[in-house]
Amino acid sequence: MLFRRLRVAGFAGQLGSIAITLLGLLMLTFFIGRLMPVDPVRAMVGEDATRETYEQVYASLGLDRPLYEQFVYYLGDVLTGDFGTSIRTGQPVIQDILHVMPATIELATFAIIIGALLGVSMGVLAAVNKDRWPDHLVRVFSLFGHSMPIFWTGMIALIVFYAHLGLVGGSGRMDQFYIGLVEDRTGFLLIDSLMAGEMDVFWSALNHLILPAALLGYSSSAYITRMTRSFMLDQLGQEYVTTARVKGLSQRQTIWLHAFGNIRVQLVTIIALAYGSLLEGAVLIETVFAWPGFGQYLTSNLIIGDMNAVMTCVLIVGVIFIGLNLLSDILYRIFDPRTR
Amino acid sequence: MEKTILDVQNLRIRYGGSTTEAVRGVSFTLGRERLGIVGESGSGKSTVGRALLRLLPGATITADMLRFDEVDLLSLSEKEMLKVRGRRMSMILQDPKFSLNPIRRVGDQVAETYLRHFKCSRREAHEKAVAMLEAVKIRDAERVFKQYPHEISGGMGQRVMIAMMLLADPDLVIADEPTSALDVTVRLQVLTILDSLVRDRGIGLIMISHDLNLVRNFCDRVLIMYAGKVVETLKAVELDQARHPYTQGLLAAQPRIGGTRQPLAVLDRRPEWLEENA
Amino acid sequence: MTADTHTRSLPGWLIALKNIVVFLMRSPTSLFGLAVLAILVLTAVFAPLIATHDPYVQALGNVLQPPGNGHLFGTDELGRDIFSRLVYGARITLTIIFLVSIVVGPIGLVIGTSAGYLGGKFDTVMMRITDIFLSFPSLILSLAFVAALGPSLNNAIIAIALTSWPPIARLARAEAMTFRKADYIAAARLQGASTSRIIVKSIMPMCLPSVLIRLTLNMATVILTAAGLGFLGLGAQPPMPEWGAMIATGRRYMLDSWWLVTFPGVSILSVSLAFNLLGDGLRDALDPKQMNRR
Repeated sequence: MLFRRLRVAGFAGQLGSIAITLLGLLMLTFFIGRLMPVDPVRAMVGEDATRETYEQVYASLGLDRPLYEQFVYYLGDVLTGDFGTSIRTGQPVIQDILHVMPATIELATFAIIIGALLGVSMGVLAAVNKDRWPDHLVRVFSLFGHSMPIFWTGMIALIVFYAHLGLVGGSGRMDQFYIGLVEDRTGFLLIDSLMAGEMDVFWSALNHLILPAALLGYSSSAYITRMTRSFMLDQLGQEYVTTARVKGLSQRQTIWLHAFGNIRVQLVTIIALAYGSLLEGAVLIETVFAWPGFGQYLTSNLIIGDMNAVMTCVLIVGVIFIGLNLLSDILYRIFDPRTR
Repeated sequence: MEKTILDVQNLRIRYGGSTTEAVRGVSFTLGRERLGIVGESGSGKSTVGRALLRLLPGATITADMLRFDEVDLLSLSEKEMLKVRGRRMSMILQDPKFSLNPIRRVGDQVAETYLRHFKCSRREAHEKAVAMLEAVKIRDAERVFKQYPHEISGGMGQRVMIAMMLLADPDLVIADEPTSALDVTVRLQVLTILDSLVRDRGIGLIMISHDLNLVRNFCDRVLIMYAGKVVETLKAVELDQARHPYTQGLLAAQPRIGGTRQPLAVLDRRPEWLEENA
Repeated sequence: MTADTHTRSLPGWLIALKNIVVFLMRSPTSLFGLAVLAILVLTAVFAPLIATHDPYVQALGNVLQPPGNGHLFGTDELGRDIFSRLVYGARITLTIIFLVSIVVGPIGLVIGTSAGYLGGKFDTVMMRITDIFLSFPSLILSLAFVAALGPSLNNAIIAIALTSWPPIARLARAEAMTFRKADYIAAARLQGASTSRIIVKSIMPMCLPSVLIRLTLNMATVILTAAGLGFLGLGAQPPMPEWGAMIATGRRYMLDSWWLVTFPGVSILSVSLAFNLLGDGLRDALDPKQMNRR
């Protein structure tokens, strides 16, 4: 009973620290936003506005107030879901971002599935064959994936698999021909096309998805591989593994029926973190594959200097990161019988 | 003389990368009896136990003979070895805190032994496991079946371990320090359970321990190991007549209630013992 | 000075460093890493001697030439020799690595050791700040900083430095906390040494080796982030022969002139792989569990 209460207290404390981190995050994005060389007023009123109009807008944006007061306003806006309007589209930034998000989530989810399958199986293989050639091979293979500049690998893969071999679809989420054919309901093209019963669109979308997802997954698998290997090595040194062997289980059965169960929780944690880091690669790979997602939205707004859009994107990435951390913690509590 | 089930001649074990042998020419035979192997830590006694099950990854095992019943343990393939482990020869490990899988119900872990070696339904394995848990004197076996290792005590855990290792009715059980991780109060209880099961079922037992008194009370014969060699083999009841100075030293280093109040003897280790053969 | 006194005068951590290098030389993958980095440094230093052409001179009559014909790696869309540009690009890569290291190392070390040694509120606040920085992937935060400062190579370096100190500070803090309770620290305090003196003279030198190693481990990420910024047009600006930027401009011609993007990419890949392999070797060398086996 006491333990349970302590655990609840720990959880509340954690939520408190998350709140503080979120506040810090907002301060950071606010601060970076103020560093911007782009004059937001000039961007709004145009180059040939009168001095009067300029000052009016300047005041209406609250830029004449002290910095901390501006921050309070910013905080208030953010808490009420107002992240400002996009200079380019004139729409609320958050609406734009929600619109492009599904494309990125679709890509990242596919990528993490590939990365996790690859990373976990290679990590187990390496651990079981520690210091023998499969271990060395896995090490080089996964470090290779971790070292490649993903924007470059993306181009090379496009040249080879699309231009020369014609195995996969090229840029974009589907062939030009199909654009606009499927109604945008969830934003996830695979789901939307299935719901509409448009199998051609579904296959086209899958065909376009597989290459960027595989590259992203491969690059994220290095971390998963290394962690899986070290978790697995820890477990293989445990006595219960010997017990299982004594009972007559083969090495393979021992690994998958006994040892793997004990690293499952840790794996979920690191896969959740790897999912967050995928967003980084997504920014680059979306540019290369003309993928109309979050990353492309961020980079295109960077180039035109749309402060509201950029800072909201950065903020969202931070929130996603913190959310994933919290999620992995919750999963830990659910899955491990010792924490029940 | 009853039938020999284990015949070990000149067993030598070298760990990968090491230049010296951990076990240097150990020979003994075992019938349906209880054999104790006694020695200090590092004497190679546990290594012998694990070598019999061929569970020493990376180690090199050689022997003039390593026969278990009618099978030659050295020439058996790993696949054939899987049918020996758990079914015909098993091992009770030291500490149930570590030797039970923390995230699986203890009952499932016990039943797994049966499922591995007999074609049967899960239900049947479940019944066998519950019966075996009752045989190791666990009350309310159905409830314990559903518990996780961290929810049961050490003594209970070791009884679960015994149940797991005896469930498939093996011919030989190796007990590697089966009680040294337990509270003194439950040691005797666990040993008595193990002892009666082994006697009733006619199972050969190798008890690996550093505790002379324990071995004296629960074994028929005792092997004294020192630095990877057997220095002396004795009947348990004749332990006091040990001739080898090392065994005598071990005995002298034991505290005794009602003994003299002089300081206990310090164990003497002489280099020439490393060379001689028992 | 005799060899003997010379060895004795070496600080302990330098001897440790020597042992580590010897250990690394024995593993083929780490050796590969060391070799590539040696080549990188030599190329950067002797760039004018190695380069066959001027990296900036355009030859509009000789554009998009495939490898061969006096151009080892071909020419780009302005007729510049790609090999020579790569050679000079090594200097930029090395500059980035050097500048980031000398900014990040001291910042991380000072913040980490003071937080770890002082503890209390200061520690809580500093670690909360590193938490905030660590809740972004490094590229995203660098992007934001560059966006705020304006795109240029210097700003990219500043942005990368600003985002890579938190892991170093974390490490230095953890180390400092283990040394904090050591007897010789207590002795220094008893002698009346000031807090800042203890941190600078006694704690920092102890944390230095692991910080240096961690910096090496981070270099692969730094290189990839810099190249990524260059690729997005936020780092080095044309006509600088920065590898990421070269890929960005080569992208338009990649289907017909594969050499424009291939060679800069291979260069980035080799250097970041070299750092990763070296880092992996270092991790092994420093893992006490691994050191036990012979």
